[in-house]
Amino acid sequence: MHDTTAIAVHADPDRHVLPDGLMVLVWVALLILTALTVGASVWFPGRVGITAAVIITPIKAALILMYFMHLKYEKPVFRWMFLTAAVILAVIMGLTLFDYTYR
Amino acid sequence: MSNGTVAATAAHPVHRDPIGAKTGMWLFLFTELLLFGGLFVIYAVYRNMHGESFHHAAAELNVAMGVTNTVVLLTSSLTMVLAVSALQRGRTGRALGMLGATMVASVTFMVIKFFEWSAKYHHQIFPGQDHLREMPHGEDLFFNLYFMMTGLHGIHVVIGLIVMIVVFFKIKGGGVNAERPETLEFTGLYWHLVDLVWIFLLPLFYLTA
Repeated sequence: MHDTTAIAVHADPDRHVLPDGLMVLVWVALLILTALTVGASVWFPGRVGITAAVIITPIKAALILMYFMHLKYEKPVFRWMFLTAAVILAVIMGLTLFDYTYR
Repeated sequence: MSNGTVAATAAHPVHRDPIGAKTGMWLFLFTELLLFGGLFVIYAVYRNMHGESFHHAAAELNVAMGVTNTVVLLTSSLTMVLAVSALQRGRTGRALGMLGATMVASVTFMVIKFFEWSAKYHHQIFPGQDHLREMPHGEDLFFNLYFMMTGLHGIHVVIGLIVMIVVFFKIKGGGVNAERPETLEFTGLYWHLVDLVWIFLLPLFYLTA
């Protein structure tokens, strides 16, 4: 075996082992949110179904990013980096749609 | 990291920078985000132009299969996080088991996708087939985008599976362990991104009705 004390110094000081129970809860929440989205679109097609998807899908994405992808426990810079990428994408999307709608 | 330089003079002179590596992994994930993002922009524009056709075309897709695959991917994301935390706790056997479960889920996903795509193929709704070409403009756009986006996503699933197989043997060989679990952690990040993209594909293609 390696000299573990020497290696521990190398290790990421931010390492945070996620509790299994919390992860199972996040998974259950994701399944419930999926059921809500699907239910809304099957039983209330049209405005209600689409609104449900528009509201719920970003919540599901946030759960995956924050817990499964660990962003909640990272240094703030990682969340800012993600936000930057997301805003860039939103701006591209917004300007393109603006152009197509009002050209 | 200041800690790293101190330890570099110790018995193991190998420089490691887990935070730098993690930053690099996230930067890669952003390029992935913008890769799929470009396709989402195309989807948004065409849907804006052909709302009615998208509505009709989406009704052709099999909601049950799309939802089943969502459950499969969400569950595979759970087993992936459990594999990572098991490895971080030094429970290698459990980590291998959870990683194995994730691999089984990725294969399940692709098998279901295979049946979906073949059904479309037999209905002559496949890029290059005449029936698709003769569809009302808008519906053909929907199906071409469907195959493009789920296809690119499927390629990512297959790549994820290959990476998982490699990491599985690295864990078995001891190169990836509780002290240096980054390879598995980053595989997890990649796999969750694949899940994240699918979360958006489900409502955009299957639930557009």
